[in-house]
Amino acid sequence: MLSDNPALLGLFTIVIGVGACLAYFFFSNVFIDKVLFPARGPNAGRNINRANMIRPWLFLFPALFALTLYLAYPVFETLRLSLTDRSQGGAFVGLANYRQMMNEAKFWEAVRNNMLWLIVVPAASTAFGLLVAQLTDRIRWGNFAKSLIFMPMAISFVGASVIFKLIYDTRAADQNQIGVLNAIWLKFDGGIGSVIFLQLLPTLLLLAFSVVVAYVAWTFVRGIVARGEDKSLWLLPLRLLVAVGGVWLIWISLNSALGVWITDVPYGEPQTWLTLPLWNNFFLMVVLIWIQTGFAMVILSAALRGIPEETVEAAIVDGANPFQIFFKIKVPQIMGTIVVVWTTITLTVLKVFDIVFAMTNGQWETQVLANYMYDKLFRANDWGVGSASAIIIMLLVTPILVWNVYNARKEMK
Amino acid sequence: MASIAGKKSGLTWAVHISVAALVLLWLFPTVGLFVSSFRTADQISSSGWWAALFPAEQNEVYRTSDPDGTRVADGGQFTVTGNIFEGEPRDIRSWGVSSRDVSAYQPGETADMGDGESLTLQADGSYVWKGNDKQISGRGQRVFVTATVPPEFTLQNYATILFSGTGQDNMGKAFFNTLTVTIPATIIPIVIAAFAAYALAWMEFPGRALLIAAVVALLVVPLQLALIPLLRLHLAVGIGKGYMGVWLAHTAFGMPLAVYLLRNYMVGLPRDIIENAKVDGATDFQIFTRIILPLSFPALASFAIFQFLWTWNDLLVAKVFLIDATGSTTVMTNQIVELLGTRGGNWEILATAAFVSIAVPLFVFFAMQRYLVRGLLAGSVK
Repeated sequence: MLSDNPALLGLFTIVIGVGACLAYFFFSNVFIDKVLFPARGPNAGRNINRANMIRPWLFLFPALFALTLYLAYPVFETLRLSLTDRSQGGAFVGLANYRQMMNEAKFWEAVRNNMLWLIVVPAASTAFGLLVAQLTDRIRWGNFAKSLIFMPMAISFVGASVIFKLIYDTRAADQNQIGVLNAIWLKFDGGIGSVIFLQLLPTLLLLAFSVVVAYVAWTFVRGIVARGEDKSLWLLPLRLLVAVGGVWLIWISLNSALGVWITDVPYGEPQTWLTLPLWNNFFLMVVLIWIQTGFAMVILSAALRGIPEETVEAAIVDGANPFQIFFKIKVPQIMGTIVVVWTTITLTVLKVFDIVFAMTNGQWETQVLANYMYDKLFRANDWGVGSASAIIIMLLVTPILVWNVYNARKEMK
Repeated sequence: MASIAGKKSGLTWAVHISVAALVLLWLFPTVGLFVSSFRTADQISSSGWWAALFPAEQNEVYRTSDPDGTRVADGGQFTVTGNIFEGEPRDIRSWGVSSRDVSAYQPGETADMGDGESLTLQADGSYVWKGNDKQISGRGQRVFVTATVPPEFTLQNYATILFSGTGQDNMGKAFFNTLTVTIPATIIPIVIAAFAAYALAWMEFPGRALLIAAVVALLVVPLQLALIPLLRLHLAVGIGKGYMGVWLAHTAFGMPLAVYLLRNYMVGLPRDIIENAKVDGATDFQIFTRIILPLSFPALASFAIFQFLWTWNDLLVAKVFLIDATGSTTVMTNQIVELLGTRGGNWEILATAAFVSIAVPLFVFFAMQRYLVRGLLAGSVK
């Protein structure tokens, strides 16, 4: 009867669950204080000490149990599953699942797309977040503006997918477009406006991006040759990695900047945006950027408020202009927070599933690792390869995990 | 000095305008969905939602009333008068009597249909139709008008989605299912995590630092790794797919953040209060329930909002641990994804369904934003 009515069942569970938790904590305390180690008799002192040694573990037990069983154990179990084959009754097959996965084009497509997501989404969200945080810092309706830009954080990925599917909607050329992107697109006809907005502007943005990348890469590479920098050996690979990545990014953006001018653009034809290979990835990323910008903004805004007033005032007295104050005084002081925001969004990106699942389900070359994994696990029922791809996600997360633990420990000391 | 002041105000204006532009850009998508959910299917497919906010020009076809019985004889001439709009008045911009040229005439002009037959139409829809016996007979004359229609909105979509819809179009059940998942999955982890956080913050025991590090590490473990092992476990111990499974999963997946947030908050509470209570002979259990819990309310609220938003908006965990083959326990996010597949073009259904699922988190968001911000600031690993 109870299971027929989920609302009643839910209420029942709350009462039972919360009641059981409280009863557990209360009675286990009573038990060790009164029964196991009573604070009286000849051994009172020893008993109190023993009770106090056990008590923390009583408090911790349910949480530790949940964490171990539901988060720690699955990591190892997934690792084990990735080395077995379900169709052979769970026999150990070594790295066969990984080999099979590496031979799939869809996997490499997912890896490529994930890399794109990892570069574009954290960078764009952090940049927009920082921009909004700085702009709203000193204006009177800043908090109102921030709360509106923060709002998408409350919207589910699925809801956001519906919202953006409406934006990307396509109708036949002779009908009214109801998707705003196509409605705007059809306004471009190859005239002067199109040249400015679709060729000149993107080129300038790409060039500006290249300059920023070059600057960041240079600050890393400089350490190899310049004096007074940390020359620890372990930093060398990192510096080289950033340099190579930077050169690659610059190459891509310069290439695209050229491509903007030589590609034939189909003006006047409504586009099905989500089926345009490569581009569709960016249209999906926009959804996550739209959601995550608010998060970046909130954290960076608090960091900006925390900057000592004197440093800014000193810069003003020295005649710095607003841009210099922002880039040379403020940004360096909140670099730590920017890194935190960046890594947190990176984690979200690695786990992104709902958006791709709801909007394209990985068709038209938009596959990402999390959706690839879901495909393998629940459609192909191939637990081996599914687990192997989950382990790939875990490997990508691991550097951030180590970095977070390292920082948390440093902070506690 | 004057030039500096002038420059400054120019920059301030630029700041105001860019912020306004960004806010509009960020609101635009949601507003689109919101407006669409109040339009009929025909309206949505005939024009973009941004057009719905203004009076729109629309092409419509009307008929004059049938001549038999309404025509008035005047010698050899017959006349029919009346108004083509029954009930709702419109403002006619142009009109015509043939589908080949629907805007041949301006309001007030007279259309000559040959052999002395004529029709005069005013901007408000009143007409005079004249002709001989043969012409003014049978059915009424067709009139094609281009009229401005005031914005029109309907609540019909919401009525369909929440109450009267059938099958997939009705979200009522999914709404309650979502609620059933969400509330226990929000409350239970708070209780468990609060005790653990207290132990990690205020009790001395060996291995404490290690445990805190482990919590920070588990904070970032992707829950994708947990899916198969835990589903196997649930099936093995007989929980199977259902509410119990999804509650347990959400409780555990929320645990690292809960413990981390609450510990960080509790560790900042004043040491004096706790030590005084200890001197007065309070047990740890009493200190926790009487002092720590009430003082930690802001942190508890922060986590509660996080967990609520996360469980309400979740798709993956529900798909794996809750929704079985019968689909009777479907949640809203899952139903919307299914609607996207089956009713991809029916925007009135999709937009309304999506907005029903978005409305509750949005309300919570605006009501308790303060705690959400506080939680974000405390929860990101510094």
